[in-house]
Amino acid sequence: MEKFTTHTGIGVPLRRSNVDTDQIIPAVYLKRITKTGFDDALFAAWRADPDFVLNRGPYQAGSVLVAGPDFGTGSSREHAVWALRDYGFKAVLSARFADIFRGNAGKQGLLAAQVEQDVIEQLWKLLEAQPGLEVTVDLTECQVRCGDLVAPFQVDSYTRWRLMEGLDDIGLTLQHEGDIAAYEARRESWRPTTLPAKHLPDEPVVPARPV
Amino acid sequence: MGTTLAQKIWQAHVVRPGTDGAPDLLYIDLHMVHEVTSPQAFEGLRLAGRQVRRPDLTIATEDHNTPTLDIDLPIADPTSRLQIDTLRNNAREFGIRLHSLGDADQGIVHVVGPQLGLTMPGLTVVCGDSHTSTHGAFGALAFGIGTSEVEHVLATQTLPLQPFKTMAINVTGRLRPGVTAKDIILAVIAQIGTGGGQGHVLEYRGPAIEALSMEGRMTVCNMSIEAGARAGLVAPDQTTFDYLKGRPHAPQGRDWDQAVAYWQTLKTDPDAVFDREITIDGDSLEPFVTWGTNPGQGLPLSAAVPDPVAAPDDETRLAIQKAIEYMGLTPGTPLKEIKVDTVFLGSCTNGRIEDLRAAAAIVQGQKKAPGVRMLVVPGSARVRLQAEREGLDRVFLAFGAEWRNAGCSMCLGMNPDQLAPGERSASTSNRNFEGRQGKGGRTHLVSPLVAAATAIRGTLSSPLDLNPELKAEV
Repeated sequence: MEKFTTHTGIGVPLRRSNVDTDQIIPAVYLKRITKTGFDDALFAAWRADPDFVLNRGPYQAGSVLVAGPDFGTGSSREHAVWALRDYGFKAVLSARFADIFRGNAGKQGLLAAQVEQDVIEQLWKLLEAQPGLEVTVDLTECQVRCGDLVAPFQVDSYTRWRLMEGLDDIGLTLQHEGDIAAYEARRESWRPTTLPAKHLPDEPVVPARPV
Repeated sequence: MGTTLAQKIWQAHVVRPGTDGAPDLLYIDLHMVHEVTSPQAFEGLRLAGRQVRRPDLTIATEDHNTPTLDIDLPIADPTSRLQIDTLRNNAREFGIRLHSLGDADQGIVHVVGPQLGLTMPGLTVVCGDSHTSTHGAFGALAFGIGTSEVEHVLATQTLPLQPFKTMAINVTGRLRPGVTAKDIILAVIAQIGTGGGQGHVLEYRGPAIEALSMEGRMTVCNMSIEAGARAGLVAPDQTTFDYLKGRPHAPQGRDWDQAVAYWQTLKTDPDAVFDREITIDGDSLEPFVTWGTNPGQGLPLSAAVPDPVAAPDDETRLAIQKAIEYMGLTPGTPLKEIKVDTVFLGSCTNGRIEDLRAAAAIVQGQKKAPGVRMLVVPGSARVRLQAEREGLDRVFLAFGAEWRNAGCSMCLGMNPDQLAPGERSASTSNRNFEGRQGKGGRTHLVSPLVAAATAIRGTLSSPLDLNPELKAEV
């Protein structure tokens, strides 16, 4: 994962609350088996509308998304983060993020920075008045800057550390392999295993046909 | 001070406590896998030269993409077929148990786990699927994860996690006839909002919850994610133990006795304090339906489409405006006058045998409203077989509904079961987002009873609208 310290890029005002992951990337795009190349799928339904913010002038080259509260609700699909990342977004600012989305973002180097809603409102006004205005997201200072506006943002300290160091979670965990093995040695015998497989007697399943 | 149920399960799974703001490393007892969120995780393992640490704690099914017709033919959509084939290849390569299309144990992962007896109290359960919260009905700490975390669990059988906060949802009283678990959870989400549970595990408690069957508890816990929560929980009790006993993977002999003795300790201590607590009056609950484009936009069926003018603030006004515009509704229209084109009975929320029985009891001997299409999709192949043994398939077919094979189906329309643009559904699923059931489709979330009554009348309805006698029983 690339290290993230500070990023400056064009801010995109997305005046919507409750932007769920079905809007970020509709289910039809989830059939791919790759981890990249989802840029065309980002906000697919909304992008059909020529007035949608990402279809307008300088916003097209945006890399800092400024969204309403409850961003990333709904499905756990990490594809939502891949789509934002592949489009070119480095950071999303919102007053509230859904938990799974926030976790997914942190693992892919996309910064989900939590900002007070009144800061979001000020950013919207600035970015709408001056399309193409740049926003700086400074992870070292936990600060967002745009024109004269300077405001703090929140991100949990562990995610911040991992982003700044560009660390891979699995590698970190495997340093504690001994602890995992010790835990496994004391697990109770009633806890289930999927193998060997047990099930009710097998039965034929007759395929349904179109009526 | 005592601890909550969620905290007890958490503490029993800490492999290594976090220090200085680092997360705890938590052991995962059961990892469920499906075809949509796993291909990139297996690819990650392959690239790093890693193995699956515990194939014996992992199980996979095919559900999101699977067609519900002609399951013995090659899958027509090449991208769906590729995703299913990828799961089959990965399961073979990494030695993971897979229940494929045509197998009696295939079905929606959240229906399959409990019916095999793999889901049990006191476990940590994860899956790359937000509706993993369903398994919390057993008193398991169960939550959805992203694909990077799927890879992490495959490689290490653990997850680094920051502790969750806890919220008690007390549901008092006794539900009236025609009111179900689905109405409880839709009312909870309408009350706390789609972000209300953020960062929390919701523990559902109180007499109305204790009176629910395991199926009903699964419906409630399933939609915890729609309230923004990480997980939902119900403390295990005799109902839980009775459901589990004798299932294929339930503990046996001495293991069973030891397990039950432990499970009986799994409750929130009387002096434990939740971070937040709310109460819902079960006695006065009515059937609930959604009118908008997120699951928090719900109202009792007797209400009317809200008027944005009456909204308390600009943000809410804009949200209502956008929602009713997308839904093609007019403020003030009674919800019961909204005509639907399609009724969908199924999903991990309401695709279990009890849901099919409840709906079949309403439509038995009735005629479907003209022009309405009804799709009945059992949650798993076993549910389908059970329903067929009970003759429910014949009840639905005689009514004019379509009887299908198991899968996620129209809940999210990754397979051919989709709404056409502008088409309106009454759906027993869990999400009414824009385009969720097909591009331009309009979804009203309902209980199985409301779905059945709606299919008869053609407009959003409850069984009470068909048979006023039911009211007299109260």
